[in-house]
Amino acid sequence: MNIWDNAFAIEIIPILLQGLWLTVQITFFSFLISLVVGLLVAIIRFLRIPVVSHIFDFYVSFIRGTPLLVQAYVAYFVLPQVGLTFEVLATGIVVLGLNYSAYTAEVYRAGIEQLPKGQWEAARALSLPPLRTWFRIVVPQAVRPIIPVLGNYLIMMFKDSAILSSITIIELMGTALQIGSNFYRYLEPITIAGLMYLIISFPCSLLIRRLEHRFVPTH
Amino acid sequence: MLSVLDFAPLLLQGLLVTILVTVLGALLTVVVAFTAGLSGLSKHWFLRWPSSIFVEFFRGSGLLVQMFWFFYALPFLGIQLAPLLAGVLALGLNEGAYAAEVVRGTIRSRAKGQTEAAIALGMSPSLRMRRILIPQSIPAMLPAFGNVMVDLLKNTSLVSLVTVADLTWRAFNARTVTGQTVTLFLTILVLYYIMSLLIGWLTRWLERRFALDRKSLAKAKPLKSLVGGISS
Repeated sequence: MNIWDNAFAIEIIPILLQGLWLTVQITFFSFLISLVVGLLVAIIRFLRIPVVSHIFDFYVSFIRGTPLLVQAYVAYFVLPQVGLTFEVLATGIVVLGLNYSAYTAEVYRAGIEQLPKGQWEAARALSLPPLRTWFRIVVPQAVRPIIPVLGNYLIMMFKDSAILSSITIIELMGTALQIGSNFYRYLEPITIAGLMYLIISFPCSLLIRRLEHRFVPTH
Repeated sequence: MLSVLDFAPLLLQGLLVTILVTVLGALLTVVVAFTAGLSGLSKHWFLRWPSSIFVEFFRGSGLLVQMFWFFYALPFLGIQLAPLLAGVLALGLNEGAYAAEVVRGTIRSRAKGQTEAAIALGMSPSLRMRRILIPQSIPAMLPAFGNVMVDLLKNTSLVSLVTVADLTWRAFNARTVTGQTVTLFLTILVLYYIMSLLIGWLTRWLERRFALDRKSLAKAKPLKSLVGGISS
């Protein structure tokens, strides 16, 4: 038996590409969730509403302090026990999205805190209503320097989505493991899957490094 | 039916395995980070290139893939690693690749003026690195290293997927026997959270220690007298 079987490797590429496509879709939807939920969490924490802001502080700290794998298990095994059943794929997307929302919330916070105080004062002097202050003044200015950071999280999310294979979602990693157990050949599927992750994430991180130079002011 | 309490000793064993994997992984991470980080700063391409290939490869392909590769794929090349070794190796190399960027970035950011001063004093490159740049950079690296260590702790849960009997593995298996999924998973979530907080506190304590050391150092040898000594 050859150590590396070329014919087998070529044969499984289309199947792995299907898994990759699901991985890309999962990453896209989870990223959207993390962007929206993260922004809401950041705003609520910033407003310092008694009790509510503390609850969200704890949310961020707890999610950041516990493993994604265990969070996925909780969603997959615990929620059905308390009467909440969702489709596995939707569960996975939401878990990944909520996990990263704790990180994006921190990124937004950094972006908001970077904003000079004068901007808030100017908005108040013009007696702009709070919602307009946030969405016309704060968010547009806070977002620019954090785009590269959010981009980095997008790449990390793409790779972390592999963990969802452990709750029976057959994305790229899940497909590789399935091929491995069906043919009892793990070398080719796992190596090719790893290369696929690398081929996508490496150029993306180069691109983000470029963006960093453009968007983030150098001190 | 068995209760979660019957599984307390097993969960405790799992906790010890998680701590062991974290400590071993942390040691490997530090070694890898400094080796790859310092070679990344080298003037010689034969040190710099392997370092950047290593960093990009391990950061770009994902920890779980690497762990599965060490566990499932490596035996096909005739190398069989024990599950614990495969897990620790993947963790240390992956987190080490991230931490190498911390080492490289921190040292490089404070290299210029310090290097010029050290060259002016006639220090050799290796002496400059050992006596000036590394000791000065370590306090600045601490917060980022703290994050890497929390990340490492959380990622140790992935060793359960390559059959290492850690905390997550124990909870996963006890679940099928006790059926008490909610209690079990909440218990281990809290345990992981407490450990993450501990690492955070330890990092901040170390930061304060280093900050104090620098203050007392400044008191002991005022810069003024040094300058005065040279000019007189």
